[in-house]
Parts: sequence; C-alpha cells; structure tokens
Amino acid sequence: MTDTVSPTTPPIVRMQKLNKHFGSLHVLNDIDLEIVPGEVVVVIGASGSGKSTLIRCINGLEEFQSGTLSVDGNTLKPNGKSSKALQTIRTEVGMVFQQFNLFPHLSVIDNITLAPMKVRGWNREDAVNTAKRLLDRVGIADQADKYPSQLSGGQQQRVALARALAMEPRLMLFDEPTSALDPEMIGEVLDAMRELAKEGMTMVIVTHEMGFAREVADRVIFIHKGVIAEQGTPEQIFSAPQNEQTRSFLARVLKH
Amino acid sequence: MDFDFQFDWSAAIASIPYLLPGIPWTLLISFGGLAFGFFIGIFFGLLRISPIRWLRWVAVGYIEIFRGTPILVQVLFIFYGLPQLLGSPINALVAGIAAIAVNSGAYISEIVRGGVQSIERGQREASLSLGLSRVQAFRYVIWPQAFRRMIPPLGNQGIISIKDTSLFSVIGVGELVRQGQIYIATTFTALEVYFMVALMYLAITWTLSILLRQLERRGIAGQ
Repeated sequence: MTDTVSPTTPPIVRMQKLNKHFGSLHVLNDIDLEIVPGEVVVVIGASGSGKSTLIRCINGLEEFQSGTLSVDGNTLKPNGKSSKALQTIRTEVGMVFQQFNLFPHLSVIDNITLAPMKVRGWNREDAVNTAKRLLDRVGIADQADKYPSQLSGGQQQRVALARALAMEPRLMLFDEPTSALDPEMIGEVLDAMRELAKEGMTMVIVTHEMGFAREVADRVIFIHKGVIAEQGTPEQIFSAPQNEQTRSFLARVLKH
Repeated sequence: MDFDFQFDWSAAIASIPYLLPGIPWTLLISFGGLAFGFFIGIFFGLLRISPIRWLRWVAVGYIEIFRGTPILVQVLFIFYGLPQLLGSPINALVAGIAAIAVNSGAYISEIVRGGVQSIERGQREASLSLGLSRVQAFRYVIWPQAFRRMIPPLGNQGIISIKDTSLFSVIGVGELVRQGQIYIATTFTALEVYFMVALMYLAITWTLSILLRQLERRGIAGQ
C-alpha cells in the first residue's frame, strides 16, 4: 500500500477550501484534502460530522458552494455547474453505499453488466465475463443468476462492490459499507475490501470499524463539525491523538 | 302497495343480442382512450416532477383542469363545443376516445408521478455513481421499477374509465348503455335490460381485475 506511493505522485483527488452548506448548516468548512493514487484513506467522525458528505462531494452526489475539487484531472465547479467533468469523474470513481442500492429488478449479473455495457459500450459477452470474474473474486460466483432480494446482506454488499469494480474505477468510495449489515456478515465485506486495498486500489472509506481502519488505512482523517480536526497514520490517530475532539470521539467508540 | 312485478328472465335474455354489439364500442372507447391517456399521463407525470418550475406548472394546470371537471362536461364540450370552434363536426367515437384520453391522462399523470417518486433515492445515486447519465438512470433503473408499482393503480384507473364510457350514451355513440336505451324504447323492459347492461360491465371489469391480480401474484406488478 504505502510503499508504492511516492511523495511526488500527483494526487488523484484534490480539494481546496471546499465549503458545503445545507441551508444554514455549514456541513463542510474549508476542507483541504489531497489523496494520491494507491492510498487508502479512512474517514472517521461522529454521525452528522460531515464525513459522508465529504466523500459524496468527490463523485458529485453532493454539490458544494465554494472551493475547488478536481478528481483525476477533471475539475468540478461549485453548485454542480460542470456536467461534462462530472460524467467523466463518475465513470472513473466507484462507490459502495451503506444500503447497497442494488437494482432489485435486475439479476446479479445484470446489475454488474448494466453500466459497462451502457456507459463503456462493452458487448454483452465481455461484460458478462468480467462480471463473473469479479463475482468469483468477491466469493459469490454461484449467485450470478439470483436477484438481490434472494441474497444475504453481506452477499448483496459484495455484489455492489463487484458492480462498482466492473467499471474499472481508478478510485473507490465507501460510505459506511458495513453499517447496515448483521454483525456476522461484516467480516466477509471487510475481507473483500482488504483484498482490494492489497491490490493497490485507491480507496476512501467512511466507516465505524476502527479495527479495520487501523489495519488497512494509510491515513486516517478525523472530521469534527465539518472540519478536518486531525489526520495522520492509524498509529498516530489511534495511539496518540493530539486533538481533544479526536480523543473524546475515540474514547466513546472504542469503549465497547 | 302491490309488488306483483316479476323479473322477466326471458326478456333479459332476449335483450342480449341487442346489447352485445355495444361491447366492442365500449371496449374501443375505453382502451383506445386509455392508450392515449397512458401517453398523456407519462408526459404530464414527468413534467410534474421536472426540475424546471414552469414545466411543473403546466402539468399541474393540466391535471387540475381535467381532474377537477366532470367527464360528462368534458365529452359534451368536445362533441358539441369544439365543432363550433373548428367549424366541422367531430365523430362521436373520436369524441368519446378523446374524453377518456384527456380525463384518464390527468389521473395517470398523478400515478406516474407517484410511481417515480416512490423509488428510493439510492437507486438514482447508485446509477449516477456508475456513470449512467440521468436519462439512462431513468430508463434502465428508475422507470422499470416505477412501472411495476404503477400497474395496480393503472388497473384501477382502467376500471374507472371503462365505467365512465357509459356516460357517452349522451353523444349517441353506440356503446352498451346506448344500445340498452334504444332497445328499451321499443320493449319497455328497463329492469331486465339495465340489469343485463350492468352484468356486461361487470364481466368486463372483473376480467380486468382478475388479470391484474394474476400480474400481482406473479410478481410482475406491485412492489
């Protein structure tokens, strides 16, 4: 992971002075953030701190009001006024959601092949082969013809991961990927994510799984009230947090 | 009072050959009108949820006007009123189909709007995050799911519109009620004939109900 990242690599994500408001609520406040290719960044913070909003800005699911954001050389303008760049970014950035958001009317295989065929213009055979390879990789090759409602939560989330990977993204966003799962299914999803990190995928992960963060992250970012309150290696954040808010947050979540 | 009136089954049965020719007209006006109404409904239903405000207003205007006025007035307006504007008469069948179309179209607009809005936001977000355009997200992800949910209320609207065609006897189109009226004018067997007319409407609407229930049971319609 870290050993492949040289300090001179240009960042794949660059945010400068990013501000986001929901009405009178200042959700993101002057965020500066750079992520280099191959880096695994885990974003932690209390609910409502703005961590999900932060990663949703990266693929334009949330608009921001001021500042600059560029992803892989494509620059997004404030207030969603850059549809061309946005479209390019979304084909290059994959996302896994808390609620899986699989398409319930499509079989597993069709969930995965839809975007490669319609967006990338692949023929069905290539798309199906890629989908099968990805399903095999996340350990559910035998579920290809089922519908999402026939799968367990853990299996659904692994399909969602395969669906995102089928677009061959350069960056993967994870928005609390295990928060909606029964405890016994969290491990299988984290395992698949761990594999992905090992293969060098650039990942930005919002999660409450502190053990996983500690093990997989190159960098941990703690967000408090829309501000990056502290960031550093997992060792620095979990063993020697400097910020008072970080300490009290970790004390609360690590207690159990 | 003296209730010696008897329901005359032979009179009822004798009316059948005179009523049956009304059924194709009833079906033609109903389903012809509903077919156009479906496209009108999709059009105004999607305008109704457009991000552009004045387009939404156009849709609201359409829906309020045609949902807020009686279909009888609508068909009279089309059949007797419009020709004065156009300078040429309108065929009664065309007027009937048009009335069902504009009227059901207003209700179907609301069904379309409700169906599309019932799809969880995450479906659209997942589609967009995969790089699908907004049009592709709608076509491949939102609409197929919304349409399934729309089938039961569309079936309801179909049944309502079928019954609404009975009002079109006033413009002289030879649908079921009109056929009955013509027959009664010579036989004076109103009880038996309207009973048979009612039975024939029931046969049509029940068939549609059963079909819809089958679709729901097989998971093609509904959630």
